[in-house]
Amino acid sequence: MNVSEATRVAFTAIAANRLRSGLTVLGVVIGVMSVVLLVAVGTGARNVVTAGVEDLGSNLLLVVPGSFEFGQAPTVSKFTLDDVDRIERELGGEVAVTGNLASGETVRAGSVSAFASVIGVTASFDEVLNREVVRGEFITDSDVATARRVASLGAGAARALFPDSDPIGKDVSVAGLRFRVISVIGEVGAAIGVDRDSQVLVPITAAQRLFGTQRVDAIFVKGPEREELEATGDRITALLAERLDDGEFSVVTQDEILGVAGTILDTLTLVLAAIAGISLLVGGIGVSNIMLVSVQERTREIGLRKALGARTRDITAQFLVEAIVLCGVGGVIGIALGVGLAELAAAVSPLPADVTGWSVALAFGVSVGVGVAFGVFPARRAGKLDPVVALRYE
Amino acid sequence: MTPLVEAVDVTRQYRLGRGPDAVVVEALRGVSFAVGEGEFVAIVGPSGSGKSTLLHLLGALDRPTTGSLRFSGRDVADMDDGDLAELRNREIGFVFQQFQLLNRTSALSNVALPLVYRGASRAERRELAGAALASVGLSHRLTHRPAQLSGGEQQRVAVARALVAEPRLLLADEPTGNLDTATGHDIMRLLATLNAERGVALVVITHDVEVAALAPRQIRIRDGLIEP
Repeated sequence: MNVSEATRVAFTAIAANRLRSGLTVLGVVIGVMSVVLLVAVGTGARNVVTAGVEDLGSNLLLVVPGSFEFGQAPTVSKFTLDDVDRIERELGGEVAVTGNLASGETVRAGSVSAFASVIGVTASFDEVLNREVVRGEFITDSDVATARRVASLGAGAARALFPDSDPIGKDVSVAGLRFRVISVIGEVGAAIGVDRDSQVLVPITAAQRLFGTQRVDAIFVKGPEREELEATGDRITALLAERLDDGEFSVVTQDEILGVAGTILDTLTLVLAAIAGISLLVGGIGVSNIMLVSVQERTREIGLRKALGARTRDITAQFLVEAIVLCGVGGVIGIALGVGLAELAAAVSPLPADVTGWSVALAFGVSVGVGVAFGVFPARRAGKLDPVVALRYE
Repeated sequence: MTPLVEAVDVTRQYRLGRGPDAVVVEALRGVSFAVGEGEFVAIVGPSGSGKSTLLHLLGALDRPTTGSLRFSGRDVADMDDGDLAELRNREIGFVFQQFQLLNRTSALSNVALPLVYRGASRAERRELAGAALASVGLSHRLTHRPAQLSGGEQQRVAVARALVAEPRLLLADEPTGNLDTATGHDIMRLLATLNAERGVALVVITHDVEVAALAPRQIRIRDGLIEP
């Protein structure tokens, strides 16, 4: 009996027991569907983070407090504006440097109020972090030097605080202090879960006064070329090491951030896939169980086929192919459902599911593999039946 | 001339149970006989006489415990299970009391089944199965399923299936056992005609003396031995 014949026989046998075959396949369908769907969700999450980090710019160096490692608790910054100045002086024309100081505050404009991230910045913030001023002028060096109370609104913050008027020249108040709006920044979207459009930017010196601190939370350095990024990073490290201890700061690149974020998300995806894999395994056990019942029920058929000239391997092949077809059909249905649900999730929810080719191929391969693994035992049992005993079986 | 099947002092013992409590049952206690090409033999005996065991041996479904059993001079002791399967496929056609048809497929597919195991193409199988069904007078029932056929028709499908591979030996195990008298006569007539016209050897196992009387030669078996 060749494979196409065995497949035809398998489909006939499966069709003869539609309800049971359907219920058996359901386990595999759910397993494969979960694998495809959950891997799609995991991959989608990863894409969002990657896109967010890449959005920062590939030649960006971040100087952050504490040591930058997976699982590290946040550390209070020991940077000051002096550090920003020293880096700027040392690296001069090659790079653009900015520091920031951020705090969540309620911002008011007349009777309207909104909760916003108020960030103290230096004059080169827009250049270093790719913000485009669409109206007015950005905060200048002299604004920073004199701690002028001016503000540059993110597109979202501008919309929220001034729903139907031009914000330029108007006042906003932050913690009771007035700031004059001098510019509005273009839409940049969210990055790594941060809604950058709802930010309110003020001169860092004004922010330090507002929050009563001399601290700078983080320093951003826009390097010359990607290749020189590491060397630049080393120079910044050497410079800061003169004043700060080893564990008090770190200089990281975008790739390093991606590395840490990627590790977390890959682990997440793997865990999701493993959970889905368990349901696939349970589905496989169901198939094995039903195949054993099927062999039992068709004992006389097996005896008859042997009497008509079927060899042991013909019978084994027949039942093995049946198990594989059962799982393969379940796999195809599961993939269709998984892809469909992933698309649906991506369309109606903020969850950015992304179906990957490898997960589909893997899910189908595994479901067929499950058919083989869980079909072999019942199939061998069928093949080994003694025709005399089988023919007499009631 | 070499006989089609030759049994020399064949015994068959079954071990029932396991270990020291096992009981050995002697179903055949040394039988010798031969069936020639084109012969029509009836094997008669009461239930428990060993005739089913004999049928299984003649059908190459089983092997003797001792003694020699030869098909066209080849001893089954020299053949492996694959050889026996091929022997059954090419040389032997079975007709069972319970018909043993597959209920989920058509008469045509049922008849074509033996051809599947010799690797015949689909077209060839359909053609041969159609011809076999025609030869038992069922050309109008090709696509019917067994459940849609009468008992006599089902047994005719089974006969067609036994014939389709053009075997040299037709083994019928109580072929009329599940049929009424008239239909049983029809089936026996059909089998006798096939034996006469095609020269296929026919061995009918029965406990019905009327059926046995149709055969020119009868072998009586009792308690695992052939009665002289």
